Amino acid sequence: MFRDAALIAGKDLRIEARSRVATNQIAPFALLVLILFAFALDPDRGILTRATAGLFWVTVLFCTLLAVQRAFSIESADGNRDALRLTALDPAGIFLGKAAAIALELLGLEVLLLLGVVVLYDASLDSAGLLILTALAATAGLASAGTLYGVLAAGLRVRETLLPLLLLPVVAPVLIGSTRAFEAALSGSPSDGWPWVGLLSVFALVYLALGLVAFGPLLEES
Amino acid sequence: MDSVVHLRAAVSLLGRFPALAGVDLDVAPSEIVLVRGPNGAGKTTLLRLCAGLAHLSSGEAVVLGCDLADDPKAVRARVGLLGHATALYDDLTVIDNVRFWARAAGARSADTEEAIEQLGLGGRLAKVPVARLSAGQRRRAALAILVARRPELWLLDEPHAGLDATGRDLVDDLVRRAAAAGATVLIASHELDRAVPLAQRTVTIVGGRVQPEASPVSPEAVRVP
Amino acid sequence: MMDQQAETTISAASVTTTGTKATRALGIVCLAGTALLVFLGLIGTPEDEVQRDTVRILYIHAPAAWVAYLAFGVTALASVFYLWKRTRSLTWDRIAGASAEIGVLFTAITLATGMIWGHLSWGVYWTWDARLTTTALLFVLFLGYLALRRMPADPHVRAKRAAILGIIAFIDVPIVHQSVEWWRTLHQDATVLRRDLQVQIEGTMLFTLFLGFVVFTLIYAWLLLHRTRIAVMEDALDEHGLELALEERRAEGVPDGAPEGLATT
Repeated sequence: MFRDAALIAGKDLRIEARSRVATNQIAPFALLVLILFAFALDPDRGILTRATAGLFWVTVLFCTLLAVQRAFSIESADGNRDALRLTALDPAGIFLGKAAAIALELLGLEVLLLLGVVVLYDASLDSAGLLILTALAATAGLASAGTLYGVLAAGLRVRETLLPLLLLPVVAPVLIGSTRAFEAALSGSPSDGWPWVGLLSVFALVYLALGLVAFGPLLEES
Repeated sequence: MDSVVHLRAAVSLLGRFPALAGVDLDVAPSEIVLVRGPNGAGKTTLLRLCAGLAHLSSGEAVVLGCDLADDPKAVRARVGLLGHATALYDDLTVIDNVRFWARAAGARSADTEEAIEQLGLGGRLAKVPVARLSAGQRRRAALAILVARRPELWLLDEPHAGLDATGRDLVDDLVRRAAAAGATVLIASHELDRAVPLAQRTVTIVGGRVQPEASPVSPEAVRVP
Repeated sequence: MMDQQAETTISAASVTTTGTKATRALGIVCLAGTALLVFLGLIGTPEDEVQRDTVRILYIHAPAAWVAYLAFGVTALASVFYLWKRTRSLTWDRIAGASAEIGVLFTAITLATGMIWGHLSWGVYWTWDARLTTTALLFVLFLGYLALRRMPADPHVRAKRAAILGIIAFIDVPIVHQSVEWWRTLHQDATVLRRDLQVQIEGTMLFTLFLGFVVFTLIYAWLLLHRTRIAVMEDALDEHGLELALEERRAEGVPDGAPEGLATT
């Protein structure tokens, strides 16, 4: 399974390297969202600094939607699904590989966004350990749930509108947990944040398990 | 079962539509069989059924010793299907595509490289992203993937379509060599002047059923409304 | 796995109505129960000390919430039965879909009555407490599930997709609830809005509330039976169409004795 996952992840990342969608489109989009928040919320009254954690993670959610859409639109070629079924690949491995590729892209975007909030919202990054672990756990959950719902909505002509409707309610706990953890880290009281990392980890494990089990049957229908 | 493909009263529904409405077919090992019939007759579904992709709704179907009613997935890794659509990733090069799909199917890299050479995809062409290739070149890439897998059963859906004369000769050559090496080949095609000399036997499908061999009416005469 | 088209052997002609003696009896019980509930709710029970008459909305709000979650649970359970090979049957898929439709209705009622109550009692339409927020999310999850069911596809393909979604969404509900719960307990100033927990319920009020739960559950069952049967009838209609398609397909394959449209030379 892990070898199959590596093959798929490698393929997805190679496609990204050639097409540069994440770097040329999603990353600028992420920065744009940060800027739009500043337009919407007065930058002079310290709101942006206080709300940094929430704004950061909402932006990450938007990026997740785009990354998942992209991950499945490359697989939307006619006959692609048949071809995948005909290979000897373990569907659980395909799931893991796609989720891993999405997770890596998201982590890259998160690093960029952290720089963004430091510069644009005057945030100061303390408790790097908490920040990093939160980001890892949250991203794992987002990538797993995103890949699962992505294949659920894949191949449907209204995928662009259906995916957000299906995915966002489900990742609400990730938004809650990651924001609270980031708030704890940024306000200098990291001990409040660790329980939330626990919640995020549970969520990630649950959706990882669900994805490994459900991806095969979902790929099967033609 | 000595037959590589054994179908009895096989029915395959596409949604509510009976694409195959009761097919009887036997294909012996190393045979090259041509499946012909009008558009919409069920040729593609027949090939997909043998590949373990299309769902067997009722009847018997045993391919390469695998009972498709029990577990259609078992047969997939052992067949090579060349379908209408070539599933290639537009952003990757031909070489990357062939290597990925061949490896995903469990082919050895030596076989993959050899297939690339055989299909004339090496050299200049290799580094071009698939999006910029012609349809004929994409077909060659798809063929390379199939050849690399060395399947026991070849299922070719319109293999000559979109290829130039050299390409078509290449297909014929590959098919003959594969059969000589022990593989069984099922070809669905409209290009009768190419395909009939290639095949050892012809089977006709109309309306989702195989016509008896001694049918007095040629299928061209039956026009489906 | 042989095809399960055969299971919908009810021909369209034999079923002309979704009512049976059982459902009529159930319906009458529901009507009677509702009448009793209305009487008790509006007249038969006393006012609450603090909330006075506004507490009466609880007799609808709480049972509606219960049915909303029950419906979701039934959808998830039916989804499991559909996916499990030994009990796989389109009946479970129809039950899941019907339950979701009823569930979305009762979730809307829960949210509406909750908002009215909140506004009358404390002047705010919404509080971000765990129960209300989770219910709002439940509403959206239902809508997403129903949206997916609308996608045209082969019945079994759609059923499998919907079943998987039904189960995943169901698993999500407790996670969401717990997250929101933990989140909101951090905010101490929310206690003033948590007074809904301190309504004193006893005596006839308790009985009426209990009656509310029972009556609403019966109404849910009645609606579920009817909606599932309508789904069966819809599928029987499709089945009839399949028979016709099969006939035509067979006709294509017979060149002599040609039906119209086929020509021989």
